[in-house]
Amino acid sequence: MPDQNPSPTAMLRVEGLQKSYGDFVALQNISFTAKQGELVCIVGPSGAGKTTLLKCIAGLLAPSGGIVELDGEAITGPPKKMAVVFQEYGRSLMPWMTVRRNVELPLLRTTPKAERRHLVDTVLESVGLSAAGDKYPWQLSGGMQQRVAIARAVAYSPEVLIMDEPFASVDAQTRADLEDLVRYIWKKFGVTVLFVTHDIDESVYLGQRVIVLSMTPTIVQEDLTIDLPEDRDQLNTRALPRFTELRTHVYEQIQRAKRDSERRPDAESPAA
Amino acid sequence: MSAPAVTRRLLPASATRRLPRWLDGLLEAVGLPLVLLVLWALSALVAPNRYFPAPWRIAEAFVKTWVGESFFVDVLPSIGRLLVGLALAIVIGIAVGLLIGSVRWLRQFVEPVFEFFRAVPPPMLVPLLAITLGIGDTAKIAVIVAGAVWPILLNTVEGVRAVDAVQRETATSYQLSTVQRVVYLTLPSAAPQIMAGIRQSLSIAIILMVISEMTNSSSGLGLRITFFQQNFQIPEMWSGIVLLGFIGIALALLFQIAERLVLGWYRGLKETERA
Repeated sequence: MPDQNPSPTAMLRVEGLQKSYGDFVALQNISFTAKQGELVCIVGPSGAGKTTLLKCIAGLLAPSGGIVELDGEAITGPPKKMAVVFQEYGRSLMPWMTVRRNVELPLLRTTPKAERRHLVDTVLESVGLSAAGDKYPWQLSGGMQQRVAIARAVAYSPEVLIMDEPFASVDAQTRADLEDLVRYIWKKFGVTVLFVTHDIDESVYLGQRVIVLSMTPTIVQEDLTIDLPEDRDQLNTRALPRFTELRTHVYEQIQRAKRDSERRPDAESPAA
Repeated sequence: MSAPAVTRRLLPASATRRLPRWLDGLLEAVGLPLVLLVLWALSALVAPNRYFPAPWRIAEAFVKTWVGESFFVDVLPSIGRLLVGLALAIVIGIAVGLLIGSVRWLRQFVEPVFEFFRAVPPPMLVPLLAITLGIGDTAKIAVIVAGAVWPILLNTVEGVRAVDAVQRETATSYQLSTVQRVVYLTLPSAAPQIMAGIRQSLSIAIILMVISEMTNSSSGLGLRITFFQQNFQIPEMWSGIVLLGFIGIALALLFQIAERLVLGWYRGLKETERA
């Protein structure tokens, strides 16, 4: 099997990942890899255990079984080369710190002051927040707060950037801007991105690959390559016939996942 | 006729305000005290009472009693013990509160004991501390700490426990060190509750300062006030009570400044949430 010897380009490898809480099996068997510099979207119906999966990968939850490897090393706690952008931007930023201090916080131990200042300036500029450095997060709109969280993650210089439904609670226009920001950041910093969403269009628009999850107990329903052109923009990409085909395909997969899960308890109940 | 009234209502409150802001604030602060003072003076004129002397009699006694040597012999040492006691209560309360709030088994272990010690009135400790620590400053400061530490400690424990789960995960995933976690996450997050605890402790500390000086003391405000009372020097006794009030006000003002410095972000956040 090729998996015995992971290829050197596999940045993140998830193999037979399983997580249960008592009798409840949240994740049954999750396996996938993300190559160095890849942008992978994970999409699934609500209740698919997306956040559980992310927390296992981020080392915030201990899996019940299976392997998570980052750059060939098993993950047992939060790894140094990984940064997480949480869905709840309002709760993940520190309200008692200015934007600049928030972005700087993870760097305090690792980076000398002058370099830190320069780095913070650079990332704030690349997320379009140069002017907001001295403001407090609560003085900014939701979309801008999430930009701060992204800037903080990028400044940490991770090899893998994990985003947990980061745009679930911003309006549609802001969301489109932030999606393009993710593509921009991904290209500019060459980081491997794992982007979790429940939004099918978003997953197809953003990803090089889309991994479709089933309902709990969760497995990988499909691992789909998105063969859209590399340069994407909100108007033209979404108007492509291929985009429509792909989103229809993912949509059907998710519907199937829901149907399967409805059937499963019925099939089990007579036996029980 | 009604037109100006309508316009006025539409304007924000600040636009209709005639007085400059500082004067407005000053009036707000001294308005009621002035009224009370006048009422008191009137009642002293209409129906003089030996136990409630007129304000000018007390003012006279105030200057005679406290301005001069007594300020250095009695007032300053009292205030010194008060401040040292408060500072110790704040440091101990926050440090122990941080520890107990962060370690679950420790909290479950000590909480019942806390309820016991908290229920013991600190003035009861005065005789005990006089025996063990003597009648010097140490015993008096210990009484202040023993009473003032509880609101701070218990509020710190609550504040530490209430740190947001997402913020905690953020700190974990960015691998903040333990010290960084305490300094940049736990303490600021618990600060609103800690400050509320300190505010409660201020008045407790003043009460205990006086009580600790009432017995076994050679100097201090509590000693002097008790002395005046026992010798029927009523205006002098009242002047001591007034002085205590002033100390209380000064302490509250200091606290307000500190709160503004520490919790500026919190006020802004709350205002944004309300808007």
